[in-house]
Amino acid sequence: MTSETVTTQAAPLRFYDVEEHEHPEGGSTMLGFWIYLMSDCLIFAILFACFAVLGGNYAAGPSPRDLFDLPQVALSTAMLLFSSITFGFAMLSMQAGRRGATQGWLVVTALFGLAFLGMELREFAHLISIGATPQRSAFLSAFFTLVGTHGLHVTFGLVWIATMIAQVGRHGLIPANQRRLMCLSLFWHFLDIIWIGVFTFVYLMGMLR
Amino acid sequence: MAAPSELSPIFGRLTLDALPLHEPILVVTFLVVAALGTLLLGAITWFRLWGYLWKEWFTSVDHKKIGVMYMVLGIIMLLRGFSDAIMMRLQQAIAFNGSEGYLPPHHYDQVFSAHGVIMIFFVAMPLVTGIMNFVVPLQIGARDVSFPFLNNFSFWMTTGGAILVMTSLFVGEFAKTGWLAYPPLSGTTYSPDVGVDYYIWGLQVAGIGTTLSGINLICTIIKLRAPGMSLMKMPIFTWTALCTNVLIVATFPVLTAVLALLALDRYVGMNFFTTELGGNPMMYVNLIWIWGHPEVYILILPLFGVYSEVTSTFSGKRLFGYTSMVYATVVITILSYLVWLHHFFTMGSGASVNSFFAITTMVISIPTGAKLFNWLFTMYRGRIRFELPMMWTIAFMLTFVVGGMTGVLLAVPPADFVLHNSLFLVAHFHNVIIGGVLFGLFAAINYWFPKAFGFKLDRFWGLVSFWCWVVGFWLAFMPLYILGLMGVTRRMRVFDDPSLQIFFVIAGFGVAVIFVGIMALLIQIGVSIRNRARLRDATGDPWNGRTLEWSTTSPPPEYNFAFTPIIHDLDAWYDMKRRGQEQPMSGFRPIPMPRNTGAGVFLAAFATVCGFALIWQIWWLVAASFIAALVTAIGHTFDYDRSHRIPAETVAATEALRTRALAAAE
Repeated sequence: MTSETVTTQAAPLRFYDVEEHEHPEGGSTMLGFWIYLMSDCLIFAILFACFAVLGGNYAAGPSPRDLFDLPQVALSTAMLLFSSITFGFAMLSMQAGRRGATQGWLVVTALFGLAFLGMELREFAHLISIGATPQRSAFLSAFFTLVGTHGLHVTFGLVWIATMIAQVGRHGLIPANQRRLMCLSLFWHFLDIIWIGVFTFVYLMGMLR
Repeated sequence: MAAPSELSPIFGRLTLDALPLHEPILVVTFLVVAALGTLLLGAITWFRLWGYLWKEWFTSVDHKKIGVMYMVLGIIMLLRGFSDAIMMRLQQAIAFNGSEGYLPPHHYDQVFSAHGVIMIFFVAMPLVTGIMNFVVPLQIGARDVSFPFLNNFSFWMTTGGAILVMTSLFVGEFAKTGWLAYPPLSGTTYSPDVGVDYYIWGLQVAGIGTTLSGINLICTIIKLRAPGMSLMKMPIFTWTALCTNVLIVATFPVLTAVLALLALDRYVGMNFFTTELGGNPMMYVNLIWIWGHPEVYILILPLFGVYSEVTSTFSGKRLFGYTSMVYATVVITILSYLVWLHHFFTMGSGASVNSFFAITTMVISIPTGAKLFNWLFTMYRGRIRFELPMMWTIAFMLTFVVGGMTGVLLAVPPADFVLHNSLFLVAHFHNVIIGGVLFGLFAAINYWFPKAFGFKLDRFWGLVSFWCWVVGFWLAFMPLYILGLMGVTRRMRVFDDPSLQIFFVIAGFGVAVIFVGIMALLIQIGVSIRNRARLRDATGDPWNGRTLEWSTTSPPPEYNFAFTPIIHDLDAWYDMKRRGQEQPMSGFRPIPMPRNTGAGVFLAAFATVCGFALIWQIWWLVAASFIAALVTAIGHTFDYDRSHRIPAETVAATEALRTRALAAAE
């Protein structure tokens, strides 16, 4: 080797990765799902904004004080919060690699979610039966849409939980399923946070209006 | 709206009366479209192309092919949107001295609404998305986007929205409300028919696609950059694409939400935007412009990136002020969120609120001005080559500055009270959208076409298209500025004052010149395909480019890069050429690539059918198509094996072909 080649090799810049290792699949999934959640959050932001602007327009109709049954709402809130804890247990079982326990906790989570949804539907049915329909006033339009959109998300989450129980049963806790469960977990806790906003701004502050 | 008793359980609101058989213009249009469509479908069948199209294009998850399909969609829809423009110009040029013109009011109102909707959502958006899809992964040294299946699905959702809007031409009617469908006009009281429903569901279907494609491209840019490419070594086009996609994700959900609320008002009888029981129509106007203003920056920012790449390449210099360019882009991204109220200063929100939005609006001209100076300084003392992309860029600089300045003029609330809703406004936004977005797209098409297809576009027909567009644009819109200053409002169908006619005739003549420009563009593409042997570029780098997309073959192989490049400098490919670095010719490894799938096509098809059923209130079909979409989506998640490996021998053979072509060219 001549001294010339030695000096050029002093800073060996590589321009092509000739020994590329293979990238594991789904490296962008968590980031992508997180961004999706933020976009979903924006939809809720619009619904909250509508409630903030229109929530006082009762049009001589019923107001929150006439309609809301706080103990009932507190109970359904508790259902949703419990479901978050049990989802947390499902994720811990997943980390420990226990397939059956994961599925079991997912079932418990889904039952709490169903309870929440059932209570919400009962509240809606009651309101409509006493004439407080979504058409009655801008306040009720905003209320039903905000709470109902959250409920639709919970419904979708339940379908997803059922799908994941089946997929974990079929393929076990393979990396792809772990990734999906992580996304579902983000989604479920996200709905919890949204609900805390609903509980505070719609129900609690509604009673103070 | 049809009373529930008139609602057929099978066809909903859809009856034979929905077919516009009594409208000669529409019947003739339908016959022409049907004849051309039959001819096209017949040709595809005759040449046995269905299998090829399905396997190689429709189900493809390759970002390059999806990008090209977006471009085709955009150009087809440009023809539709431009037909509407011709109809409007003709109507306004002849509807004087007691003449009613040739378009009845209910048809004219649909034409201007459809023109706006189509041009923004189904021309500008697909073209911009198509360019980003094609170029961004190549520029960052990636092999595909982060979520290839989602990319295919997004494209078909956009197409589904376009199909719904096109369907309104022949089945029922389109909105007569203007392109943003303000309530209470768009409520059921004043728009009881299906027009606004076509608007809502067409945009909802397309909007989902746009949001998902935004998420996809953000992840691609954040996660898949080649080693060494730090954010501040990222090509400027990729930077503008990143900012645009951030804006997409930060605004399209707002559109989705506000259109859903409008749909609830119309379908369920809620009172968000009605004038009774506490509804507030101005809430809609605020919300839709919170999406609408960032939307125009979504359109223009990537083209600012294109102009930067083009100026730098054809001046043979590094981009002047790269860092300031990045910061200017980011500042525009943020500011675009803080100006929406300038679209309705006349709402009456008071002097303080109007002043705030006036100032934020004017401030946007500062980063934009900085960009313009950067381009000028890049050209300064450069060795400028006047190829077609560069000519479009110069035409943009001259045209856009005028549009920008009239924009600052409109940002002054007292001036806006006079010019609001006038033809001055119409001239202003056409000035920035044609002079900014469209000129940029033509620059981009001429610039990257050789990369996509391996041969350059014909120069002569490109020049014809260029001059017709530029001259036609000035002829068509300068008269509108004058008319607007004289107080002529927009969307008028007939006029009383005969002294105005000459301006409308000149504008109509301008549109005719633009028509020649569009035809020249189509001829340019046709002629170039015919002469592709002569226009072929074997090097993959026809313009002496500076960024990574020029380092690979034209058209690039499925895997884009046989070896992932490593980046040491901002203009990575220029840096490699300067140091005499060439790609190794041996040691190829197998490359894992995503597998094609038809799931995206089926999902989007079900969504489109669901939209159609919602428009006509065919409830059983709504339920059936929704369930079908859900089952398809869940079924697709049970498919875990979504990638295939390109063997090292195939890669080696592909690269050897390239080496031979290069040797033959030299």
